[in-house]
Amino acid sequence: MTERLVLLALIIAAMSGVPGLLFHRNSTAGQWIAVLLSVASSSLGITGLGLFWALGDSQPITLPWRLPGAEFSVAVDGLSAIFLLPVFLISVLGNIYGLGYWNQTKHPQNGRKLRLFYGLLTAGMAVVVIARNGILFLFGWEIMALSAFFLITTEDDKKEVRNAGWIYLVATHTATLCLFAVFALLRAASGSFALVPFENHGIEPAMATTIFMLGLVGFGIKAGIMPLHVWLPSAHTVAPSHVSAVMSGVIIKMGIYGQFRLTSLLPTPPLEWGAIVLGLGAVSGVLGVAFAIAQHDLKRLLAYHSIENIGIILLGLGLALIGRSLGRADLIVLGLSGGLLHVLNHALFKSLLFLSAGSVIHGAHTREIDELGGLAKVMPWTAMCFLVGAVAICGLPPLNGFVSEFLIYLGLFGTLGQEGQVPFAGAAFAAAALALIGALAAACFVKVYGAVFLGVARSQHAQQSHESGPTMIGALSVLVACCFLIGLAPLLIVPILEMGIAAWAPDLNEKGHRIAALAPLNWITVMGLLLIATLLLVGMWLRARLRKGGVAATVTWGCGYMAPTPRIQYTSSSFAQMLVGLFGWALRPRMRQPTHMTLFPRRADFHSEVADTVLDKAILPTFRFGAWLFSWFRVFQQGNIQTYLLYIFVALIALLLWR
Amino acid sequence: MTTVIHHTIHVLLALSLPPLLLGVIAKTKAQFAGRVGPPVLQPYYDLVKLFQKGSVYSTTTTWVFRAGPVVGLVTAALAVLMIPLANSSAPVSFTGDPILFAYLLGLGRFFTASAALDTGSPFEGMGAAREVTFTCLAEPAFFLGLLVLAKLSGTLQMGTMLGAAVAHHWSSAGASLALVLVSWFIVLLVENSRIPFDDPNTHLELTMIHEVMVLDHSGPAFGMILYGASLKLFIFGALIARLIFPPTNGDPWLDWPIFVLSTLAVAVMIGVIESTMARLRMTHVPVLLVTACLFSAFGIILLVR
Amino acid sequence: MVQIFDVLIILVVALNFVALGVSRIRGVINAVALQGVLLGTFPLFVHSQIGRRVILLIVVTIVLKGRVIPVFLVQAMREANIRHQVKPVVSFVSSLLLGAVGTGLAMMFSHTLPLTKEHSDMLLVPASLSTVWTGFLMLTSRREAIMQVLGFLLLENGILLFGLLLLEAMPFLVEAGVLLDLFTGVFVMGIIIHHINREFDSISTEHLSKLKE
Repeated sequence: MTERLVLLALIIAAMSGVPGLLFHRNSTAGQWIAVLLSVASSSLGITGLGLFWALGDSQPITLPWRLPGAEFSVAVDGLSAIFLLPVFLISVLGNIYGLGYWNQTKHPQNGRKLRLFYGLLTAGMAVVVIARNGILFLFGWEIMALSAFFLITTEDDKKEVRNAGWIYLVATHTATLCLFAVFALLRAASGSFALVPFENHGIEPAMATTIFMLGLVGFGIKAGIMPLHVWLPSAHTVAPSHVSAVMSGVIIKMGIYGQFRLTSLLPTPPLEWGAIVLGLGAVSGVLGVAFAIAQHDLKRLLAYHSIENIGIILLGLGLALIGRSLGRADLIVLGLSGGLLHVLNHALFKSLLFLSAGSVIHGAHTREIDELGGLAKVMPWTAMCFLVGAVAICGLPPLNGFVSEFLIYLGLFGTLGQEGQVPFAGAAFAAAALALIGALAAACFVKVYGAVFLGVARSQHAQQSHESGPTMIGALSVLVACCFLIGLAPLLIVPILEMGIAAWAPDLNEKGHRIAALAPLNWITVMGLLLIATLLLVGMWLRARLRKGGVAATVTWGCGYMAPTPRIQYTSSSFAQMLVGLFGWALRPRMRQPTHMTLFPRRADFHSEVADTVLDKAILPTFRFGAWLFSWFRVFQQGNIQTYLLYIFVALIALLLWR
Repeated sequence: MTTVIHHTIHVLLALSLPPLLLGVIAKTKAQFAGRVGPPVLQPYYDLVKLFQKGSVYSTTTTWVFRAGPVVGLVTAALAVLMIPLANSSAPVSFTGDPILFAYLLGLGRFFTASAALDTGSPFEGMGAAREVTFTCLAEPAFFLGLLVLAKLSGTLQMGTMLGAAVAHHWSSAGASLALVLVSWFIVLLVENSRIPFDDPNTHLELTMIHEVMVLDHSGPAFGMILYGASLKLFIFGALIARLIFPPTNGDPWLDWPIFVLSTLAVAVMIGVIESTMARLRMTHVPVLLVTACLFSAFGIILLVR
Repeated sequence: MVQIFDVLIILVVALNFVALGVSRIRGVINAVALQGVLLGTFPLFVHSQIGRRVILLIVVTIVLKGRVIPVFLVQAMREANIRHQVKPVVSFVSSLLLGAVGTGLAMMFSHTLPLTKEHSDMLLVPASLSTVWTGFLMLTSRREAIMQVLGFLLLENGILLFGLLLLEAMPFLVEAGVLLDLFTGVFVMGIIIHHINREFDSISTEHLSKLKE
């Protein structure tokens, strides 16, 4: 039943943008139809998932396909189910949000295109997750990748948008190239394109390592692992916000899904695999958040945080791989449950943040953090939702981000090894990296929340901002509720995670390794509720006290300075200055600061920017060098028909002479 | 039954003792300077006075500014329930409790710093920026120290990690523990904004960290901040005290006075450091914090190499 | 005994970090001097029997490394009117981290060396490699000539630590060689400092690149 419902859901989703094409470009009817179809599709899909989780109901569907080697084979297992949930949930919320954010009447020239590819994207991702055949997987993958390209370039009249789109297109095709190699090698090793696990000695170690490394690069590009992330920041920035939410919350998770699926197929890995994944996770995490701190653009900043969170998920996967190499069931359970839960959590709070950022952009018409300020007064609901997302992404209790980081911490500390366990203490240092990531993320979100929502408006834009409509706030509230639910009652989600673990490592559950036995999640519930209750109690006490003692209102104390202006506030760049300096070796900040200060200083200005180091210092120079190299081939392009005929003639002779 | 009694003592002591530490530090500093100094109980008088005062709020602030002190105090109060004092385990104790402990304090910091930014004052923004920046380096040092204790004790539960076995570890792995002790003491100093990181007594707002962040708070809210800060000092002081004087396996009733005395000794130690050292240049603070991280890291390397 | 020796070796490594992280030149001199004194006591722990020669060696090392050289350097500083602050090419935090990476690598590398069982369990080898690394780091990342001398001294300390392993086999040879080496080094650098200062009114080695023509 589950598979049929999911298939039906994805077909409806794929069709959801089509009726809109028939309506006039100024009519919202098409948009409403798309939203209704999307709601129908997601309810069907989520019902299917519910059936699967409640009853374990799964009947794989296999249909013949005319393509050589291909087979239309789909199935839902624990792993697919966890990744399917955000696909359906975030896409429908994005669509509802789009009613206010990207209304057809406001965007007549590109709204219909956006909804067409939005639906196709949802369907493509669902195919990727349920496909059990390499060819079908690649089909879904390409549908997803190309619709994402058209979504990124929604506003293709802007140069910035087109550039981001090209970079994305190059990156995604590089990824696909690697995946072609992965599936070709898998077929060479197993004899078919079917995605089934290998027996323990069913594949040569060298072959397995090649497949794993290619997969790491191919899926890593899509997921945005640190040195391969070059497409991610600009693409997330220029896309409409609900598309960014889907991209950050769901699309990059498809890269993660690929890695989870691929490692579940391959036999017991050598220890190095886990160490590599763990190392990449730590690097992505720390540098991702370091780059985020240096950004001034609200959405670009959030995009770098996606890289950070992908790093945290990889820490979980690395732990699981290490656990499998060492035969340590506890590490597998903690690593996988932490990683998978973080997949879900990141989808929730990152979409929440992107959608709230969209609400800010909708109201204030700028993404520049240093032009905003004081929005909490004019957009109270957006501010509240953003705050919840910010606390959740920093991994602070009592929200969901804490739960997944807690599980990963437990696993990382576990690598030290107790009595009778095999240790791999090098991995424990990742716990310090995770602590660093958490603290840096908190620094970054204090900066963003403070600069955007608190204080005084820094520009006209911020002053004239307004709160968003009910569809946008409604979509945000659903996500807020989900963040609280997982954060306060993590035990609810445990059965789902355990089914995911069972799909990745089928031999574990028989031995009875349970999440609840390894991690005291009930204490998290107790402490979360206690925290909220005490906060309310103390808050009420303070309120009563204030009423009794009397409250006076005045301007902010400026240390003696009696005429404060909005311009004296700490900006996001000044807030981040020390941290940017500490990470200067990686960030390479470009600064233009006033130099000679005379007795009567003239007008001076300060400018700082942090571009993407990998893109600027490695990728672009390489491509430029390539362009220069290939420019030599222009010699052959004479524009003379006789010369071209000569080439053909020479080529023919050469072919004849060869052998 | 005895557990209940011990837990009751834990809660009562944890709620009543903290301001005394501030008094002891002030007294120590006064003695060094050859002054009589304020009475040891002065922080209590201050708190009572503050809680009875009226308040002034800036017109630029929102509810976040009012929530800042509440969250700061509540998170510190919950964190104090999680650290072991003289009893073998704290009222709230489970596998992984140090992680929740650290993140609770993180939540408090998030809101205190946000409240500072809510005023729109450049000085408070400056303080908030410094606070979160230095924490980024203190947090890894704390966790690396936790790794050492987790490796030695084989658990991730603070009661056991800082339990009676620590005395035994001092003889078998003294070097590692000494490195953690130094590193955590540095963390204590930076987390509580003491010299050499911050000097709350300077006359210049430009040079402060924590104190400048709370400039705009007044009345009961400021009392809550003061009390929360003393709780935080107590928390880290208790951790250090447990590390140096782990509870004996003997009489639990003897452990309580030993614990109180050793915590006060830590406060005196802080006072001595404050009297004999100068504040570091702001640009040099990260160097000391990175050193703290390296000390703890070296401690764990010694154990697992 | 072994416990105390381990703690002392850790102190030596910790002093490496102090030398890298302190911004005042006097602080660096003190750290290196203290390290020298600690090194001076080490023969006590390594030698099985302590004769007169060993005592003499200890006294000479401590006096030389702990007193004579620091005093000489401080005097050089005063006479040459040197700035008190180090201006590093690589920032303090980065050089600390580089030092930590070097120490970690030394830990790993010392396991691969063909050492006897008793030696490979000791912290002596990683500590010596780490000190040599710190010396190199200081030589390459600090501009002031006096810091170059100190880097050179750290290098010597590291080699001396390694030499302790050979103490049983070739007792006097190692120390004599090391001390002679050291003395020459300091002597030469002293002259260089003097001359740079006289020529350029500053002791930054950057000025030396003017001599290339």
